Amino acid sequence: MSEIVLHEDIPEALLSEGAAAEAEIRTVEIDSHALNFGPQHPSAHGVLRLVLEMEGEVVARAIPHIGLLHRGTEKLIEYKTYPKALPYFDRLDYVSPMCEEQAFALATEKLLGIEAPDRAKWIRVMFAEMTRILNHILNLTSFGLDCGALTPALWGYEEREKLIEFYEAASGARFHANYFRPGGVARDMPAGLEERIAEWARDFPRWIDDLETLLTNNRIWKQRTVGIGVFTTEQALAWGFSGPCLRASGVPWDLRRAQPYDNYDKVTFNIPVTRQGDCYDRYLVRVAEMRESVKIVEQCLAQIRPGPVKVQDHKITPPPRREMKRSMEALIHHFKLFTEGYHVPPGATYTAVESPKGEFGVYLVADGSNRPYRCKIRPTGFAHLQAIDEMSRRHMLADAVAIIGSLDLVFGEIDR
Amino acid sequence: MASCNCRRRSAEQGRFSVAEPGAELTMQVSLARGALGALAFALSTGVPGIHAAAIEGGELVVRTSRDRLLALMSLLRDDPRYACEQLMDLCGVDYPARAERFEVVYNLLSVTHNHRIRVIVTTDETNPVPSVHHLWPCATWWERECYDLFGVLFSGQPDLRRILTDYGFEGHPLRKDFPLTGYVEMRYDEDRRQVVYEPVKLTQDFRNFDFESPWEGILTLPGDEKAHESRQGLKLPR
Repeated sequence: MSEIVLHEDIPEALLSEGAAAEAEIRTVEIDSHALNFGPQHPSAHGVLRLVLEMEGEVVARAIPHIGLLHRGTEKLIEYKTYPKALPYFDRLDYVSPMCEEQAFALATEKLLGIEAPDRAKWIRVMFAEMTRILNHILNLTSFGLDCGALTPALWGYEEREKLIEFYEAASGARFHANYFRPGGVARDMPAGLEERIAEWARDFPRWIDDLETLLTNNRIWKQRTVGIGVFTTEQALAWGFSGPCLRASGVPWDLRRAQPYDNYDKVTFNIPVTRQGDCYDRYLVRVAEMRESVKIVEQCLAQIRPGPVKVQDHKITPPPRREMKRSMEALIHHFKLFTEGYHVPPGATYTAVESPKGEFGVYLVADGSNRPYRCKIRPTGFAHLQAIDEMSRRHMLADAVAIIGSLDLVFGEIDR
Repeated sequence: MASCNCRRRSAEQGRFSVAEPGAELTMQVSLARGALGALAFALSTGVPGIHAAAIEGGELVVRTSRDRLLALMSLLRDDPRYACEQLMDLCGVDYPARAERFEVVYNLLSVTHNHRIRVIVTTDETNPVPSVHHLWPCATWWERECYDLFGVLFSGQPDLRRILTDYGFEGHPLRKDFPLTGYVEMRYDEDRRQVVYEPVKLTQDFRNFDFESPWEGILTLPGDEKAHESRQGLKLPR
């Protein structure tokens, strides 16, 4: 591999004729060919079309084509009232729906000048952390699948199912929850759910141990991931990395700690950081994050107290069903809320949360009407995917697959 | 502009908040505001070419002109006081009524100092905004996206192609004058055995309901002028 020197790899200083002769650089002309990877390839994690310019087995350039899942979410949101805009966020990163909702709910709350009640905040933190585990299970196991490890995926789906059942118990839906709303959460958790979650949190670390016995010291796994797709701290910062990918490159940066939202300032957790910035480190960071998330869930369960789960202003949150049967005012509130919605005072905010993939931000511009004037969604994977050209250059084709797996790409979010 | 009850009430900060934020958190927030305020002061007094640098809703917003953008961005990235290592987001906003209809919004993040700075420049369909891709390589895709969705041009950007829309798409869909339903729709033609594009046919026109009550749109009722004056704070910024 090192004997092949591509024309574009030669530093510009050496390209002048005299200098090139001095350095005795041998330029080899190879007939390169382009390889279409995806959009219907299992390792493309959705609908990524990657045009790879190959020099034999070596990737010379990787050109991602995105937008195959573009649904115009931002445009649609401009035509919806604020409560109706929220479900679109579940459909962005459909592997971690509640964290996306949280970003929009927090942005709307900030513009409205309201704050969710304490119990709602604990529920949000707890479900956001369960979402993180949900996301990391799918990512790590499918990453394993990309590199030839089948068993983690089989085990992982069973664990995901348990978490999805908690989703269903709380929100009524397995994936598209529409649970975190501006002003709190949609409804309180059903009786007994806290005990079930506590039981799961006791058992789950053992599953992480099992996963690690399969992968962490596995020789094949290490051969496929160690030293592959190395990104330095400077590169990761310049390319707009965030979340586990940034922490794997040695930056101790976590929005939950640095700019705490909801009740993240009342829980203690560690931020795993590694130095190499390769695919293996990104794997290690995610495994360690799952353990920290379990700790946060346990702290939430210990500190959560009964109380209201949404703001008691029925101009923003719907009144209880039973009240509507008797109270005329509650009926009017209900009708107005689900037709007109609420008006958000003029202003703009960029609100970001630490989603499982990294920084997920919403730039929300309100003009005083009942619909967002502009809702820009800052997808995490967009920045990560952009760096794939730099990351996979001079790697083998199979390594490009490992790099895609380690970046945790979901196209619902990238294409919007 | 409508001004209904719920808007007036919700505009009051924190009136309906049930949970009181902890004293510790309040301290942090006020300290951060103080640091951001110092940054805003330093920017508005020490850096030429800045139209305004102010805290808006707890976030630092800097407005500048296109020709001063690159100098400002280099300063924000390289000056250790600002140290914005990351360009987290770049997006456009369309205001068709304005002379320069587009706002290009840069959201910068400093992981060293833990602050965010938002830089806003304005432009129109023909005047390009200087590209910042040599400062932050990730700007390339953000600028491509902004060009694709709004038609904002970026000078010095070597790769200004469409990114999110279909191959061969025409128009810029996030402009306010682009219809929500678009112009063309796609289907598979059995006879020609290929995918064809046709003008959008809707069995029912797109219905854009206006749920705002008409009487709430009247701000000044006869004899109610004093109450109207006190409501002036709700006026749209133009």
